[in-house]
Parts: sequence; structure tokens; C-alpha cells
Amino acid sequence: MVEEEGFRRYIAHIILWIGIAIVAFPVYLAIIASSQDNAVIANGQMSLLPGGHFFETYYQTIFVGTSGSTREPVGNMMLNSLVMALLIAIGKIAISIISAYAIVYFRFPFRMAIFWLIFITLMLPVEVRIYPTYKIVADLHMLDSYAGLSLPLIASATATLLFRQFFMTVPDELLEASRIDGAGPFRFFWDTLLPLSRTNMAALFVILFILGWNQYLWPLLITTRDDMQTIQIGIRKMITTTDALTEWPIVMATAVLAMLPPVFVVVVMQKLFVRGLVETEK
Amino acid sequence: MANVTLRNVRKTYPGGFEAIKGVDVDVGDGQFCVLVGPSGCGKSTLLRMVAGLETVTGGEIDIGGRVVNGIEPADRDIAMVFQNYALYPHMSVYNNMAYGLRNRGMAEAEIKTRVEEAARVLELSAMLDRKPRQLSGGQRQRVAMGRAIVRQPKVFLFDEPLSNLDAKLRIAMRVEIRRLQRRLNTTSIYVTHDQLEAMTLADILVVMNGGQVEQVGNPLAIYEKPATTFVASFIGAPPMNLMSTRPEEIRSQLAGSAAADAGVLGIRPEDFVITDQTPDGGVALPLTVEAIERVGAETFVYGSREQEEKHVAATPGELPPGEIIVRIPGTEAPAIGARIRVAARPAKLHLFSGDGRKRLEA
Repeated sequence: MVEEEGFRRYIAHIILWIGIAIVAFPVYLAIIASSQDNAVIANGQMSLLPGGHFFETYYQTIFVGTSGSTREPVGNMMLNSLVMALLIAIGKIAISIISAYAIVYFRFPFRMAIFWLIFITLMLPVEVRIYPTYKIVADLHMLDSYAGLSLPLIASATATLLFRQFFMTVPDELLEASRIDGAGPFRFFWDTLLPLSRTNMAALFVILFILGWNQYLWPLLITTRDDMQTIQIGIRKMITTTDALTEWPIVMATAVLAMLPPVFVVVVMQKLFVRGLVETEK
Repeated sequence: MANVTLRNVRKTYPGGFEAIKGVDVDVGDGQFCVLVGPSGCGKSTLLRMVAGLETVTGGEIDIGGRVVNGIEPADRDIAMVFQNYALYPHMSVYNNMAYGLRNRGMAEAEIKTRVEEAARVLELSAMLDRKPRQLSGGQRQRVAMGRAIVRQPKVFLFDEPLSNLDAKLRIAMRVEIRRLQRRLNTTSIYVTHDQLEAMTLADILVVMNGGQVEQVGNPLAIYEKPATTFVASFIGAPPMNLMSTRPEEIRSQLAGSAAADAGVLGIRPEDFVITDQTPDGGVALPLTVEAIERVGAETFVYGSREQEEKHVAATPGELPPGEIIVRIPGTEAPAIGARIRVAARPAKLHLFSGDGRKRLEA
């Protein structure tokens, strides 16, 4: 019995380690490759131990960029991605919490119709409505701008639905107590509903930030200027070179850099994030 | 300080359902009014209408000489204690109490004085920095009371404030609420479905059923002279024994008074005596003992009448037809299966019309 117990544990740990290896190896490889000399990688003789060009490569990646394909420092791409991801995450939360508040707490004509309209947009992701969306953004002269990058992705039903569900679990008596305490609709929202939604907002922020950070298709369509590129587009462009060697160390360094902000957000907000998903405290 | 007067107050929901069918109640300054009734009788709806949380579709609600029908809850000068307390979960006890005052733009120093005074009275002084989830049920209840007190309103409204507490705490808080109300001398309206709470708290008791007032008055007066069979069976535990006067056995004993017109006879369990004698003008019934409940100071004897009869309509706490409860002091009781004879004096008989809607005086 005891031996079997130990044996089982052994198997379980092996499976876990294999899983970790599968996930972690590419990351390790990217870090290693970013410290090697390009010629070595191009020869196919890359060692699995760190090379000596680590700081040099990262300096070039962040402040200079590749010599051929993108002509843009990755630092700037990261800034673009960061601004876009933050605008999308914060914008979505702001818009959807306000619309959910309206839908749950106010009686106005066509309330349900509006709710269903929002709901239906769930079935129409960016990919489906990409042409009309592009047309609108182009007509509004928002190509190659932060507004163009983020606005079309801000309008979304998921977050609205999430807040709606949450608001419906808030006891009506809280609203009534607020009314008796002399808090109008705005005060109730600001003083009671927002603080109660804190963990939900944090969970959403993590999800939306990563979603925004990883956008590829939309930025690809509407950015043409090099200085408006996001990092995801940048990586793609770096790899495709016509008559030169792909600068793999820089590509790998960019990939590593692209992973950092989402990792940072998850690590920092993990506690709130988990509470937001699990908790039903009231 | 204020009177609360309800004049023919009605509530009809958009679907046509009539929740409140014309209620007239007058609560004097500083009085403690209790609305009692079974669930769904409209008592909470009525309270919420006074608070301004439900619209009034007919009649007038008057607080302190001002008709408040169209006035926002915050401007009615009332404070409400909710069943689930409705404390703001993210605010400290202090802020929970201070919130309403801040919204009124009161100076922070004055708020501090009032909150600290309320906390002292309610023994919450040590907990002002805690969040509601760190408090026990009884403490949360106190905070909810505190939130009402600091406002110094004209009227306190209580919506079943004790029903989430355990039995022991409920009794303690009941006494405390009454003491506090006497001290502050603030007009109060209190909703409960617990007739014991209603009896012990009320200056004026309003018994409601199906959106209507069955009887209004002093609790003891209602207990002694219930106006309908509903009130008779709702107020008092165990409930009043109600029986039809149709069987010859009872009819013959009632003859010679207004009793002859009565359709329903009611006798409270404690008004029966186990005896072989029949008091002059009283009623005696032979019973077979079915069950005994000893609760210490008193004993309840459940007996069945020999004669099966059609039972009398009385919804809450209704007894099966033919069953009679007798309350006797002490623990001495007849054996189960014994045949006994119980009797009640004429002054203890309650007579009602056949439909149970009217009390007849003998």
C-alpha cells in the first residue's frame, strides 16, 4: 500500500515535470537564443547554454531594433502595445461597468432591447465585422493612431454581461439603504457598487490586458507607420526578411520582452484575480 | 417627533394584483406600532410604502403632518432597519453609520459625536473600525440600528429585523429595541410575522391578512377580544380553539343568548379547566387525550372530540377538525387515551359569525 502510494506519487511527479518541460523549454530556448551570436544560430550550431551576447542583444533590441526588416526599436513597439492594451482594458471596464449599471438599475424604454443588442454583439467578434469596422475607423481618420488601435476593441459585450451578473447578485436592500441614506444614483454607483466590484474589475483587467496585448489582426490592418507598430506585429515582420539573414537573437529577445508585461500583470494581480473569479462575498 | 397616518392606502401592481386593499392606521407620536400577519399579507409592502421604496397607488401617507406620497425616501426623515441589515460590506462600522450623515453634508465633528454616542449606547465602541463581515449577527443588527439612530429621524421603520438571529439573541434584542425606542421616544413601525414579538413590542398592534387590516388596537385588547376568527387563531400560541356551533352538543349549551346566532365558537387553550362540573352558562366538552406536551411550567393536552365535525376556516396555526388544545399549569396531566371533560366559563367564550368575519358579543 505504502509503496504503491509512493510509486503513484512518483508517476504523478514525472508527468508534471514533463508538462513543465514542454511549456518551459521554448521559453528557455528563446532566452538562450537571444544571448547567442546570430552566425552561430544561422549555422544551426546553437548551444543550449547561454552565450555571451546577452546585454548587447537586449540593448540593441530595445533601443535600436533590427538593422533591416523593421527599423524600429522594440522599446517603442512595447510602448505602443502597452498603450493599446491599457486603453482596451481600462476602456472596456469603464464602458461596460457603466452600461451594466444602466441595464440593471434603471427602468428606461427599450431596456431589454438594448440589453439584447449588446448581447448579440457577442456573436460578432472583430474578425467577422472587420471590413465595416476598418471602413469606419478609416473614415474617422483614426488609422495609425492609438484611438484606432483601441476604440473598436473597447466595445464589447462580455464585460458588460459579467458586470450585469455581478450587479444582480448585489442585494436590493443595499440600494434601498443607500436611497434612505440620501445617496443618489451617482453616489450609489461610486460609493457602493464600485468598491464592491473591485475584485471583478481586477480579474477583468488581467484578462483584458492580455487580450489587448496579444492583438494581432487588428493592429496589422490599421497600422502602416513603423512608429505605430505593436510588438506582436514587430516580431512577425522581423522574421520575414527577403535578402538578408533573419536576426534571430533580436527576434528571440523581442519574444522574451513581449512575454514580460503579461507575466508582470498576472503576478502582481494574481491574488485579486483569483478572488475575483472565485469569491461571492457579500 | 411625528404622527404617522395612513389614509385608505392602496397598492395595486401593474399586473392588477392588489397587494394592499385600503389601509387606515393612525400611529401617535412616539408610539410603537407593529404590523403582524402571515407571509404575503402585505405588511412588508406597506412598510416599504411608508419608507418610499414602493409607490403608493391610492390614498395618502402622512408623516408629521406632511403627505409624503411623492417624496424620495431620503427626504421623508425616516430610517429603516432591514431584515438582512443591508450594511455596506466595504465600509467600516463607523462609516456605515456616518454615510447617511455625510450625504446630508453634516460637519465631520457633529457626525463623530453622533456616531460615538450611538456606538456607546449600542456597545459598539470597540468595533468602529471593523468591517461588517468581521461581526456576529447580533453585532451587525446593532450596527443597522446605529445607522438608524444617528440620523435622529422622525420615524423608525423595522422590517423583520430579528428574524435572522437565533432564538436567544432575538429575545435579548427585542427587549433592547423596545428600551431604546422608549428612551428616544421616536415613532416606530415594526413588521414581523412572529406574534410573540408583536404582542411584546407593540403599543398599537395591526393584524393584517390578505392586504387588509383585520384589527387594530392595544395588543392585550386584541388578545382578549379578537375581532375575527383569523385574529383569534393568529394571535396567541397555541392558537385559539375554534369550533362550529352546529353540532347539537354545543348548540344546546349556548342557547339563550346572542350565542344562538353564532356560527363559530372560540375558546383559548388556557381558558379550559379539566373538571366534571359545567359552569353556569359555560361550555363543557368531553375529550379523548391524544397527545401531551410538557414544556415545564405548563402542559399542553391535545384531545379529540368524539363528534367529527366540519372544521372552521382559519388559516394560520389551524387545528385539524375536532382537535382541541388545553393548556394546564404544571406537569400533572391525564394519561394518553384517557377520557376527560373540559369546561370554560361564559366570560371566556368568543363567538363569531358563521363566516368568521365578525365578533358577536354575548
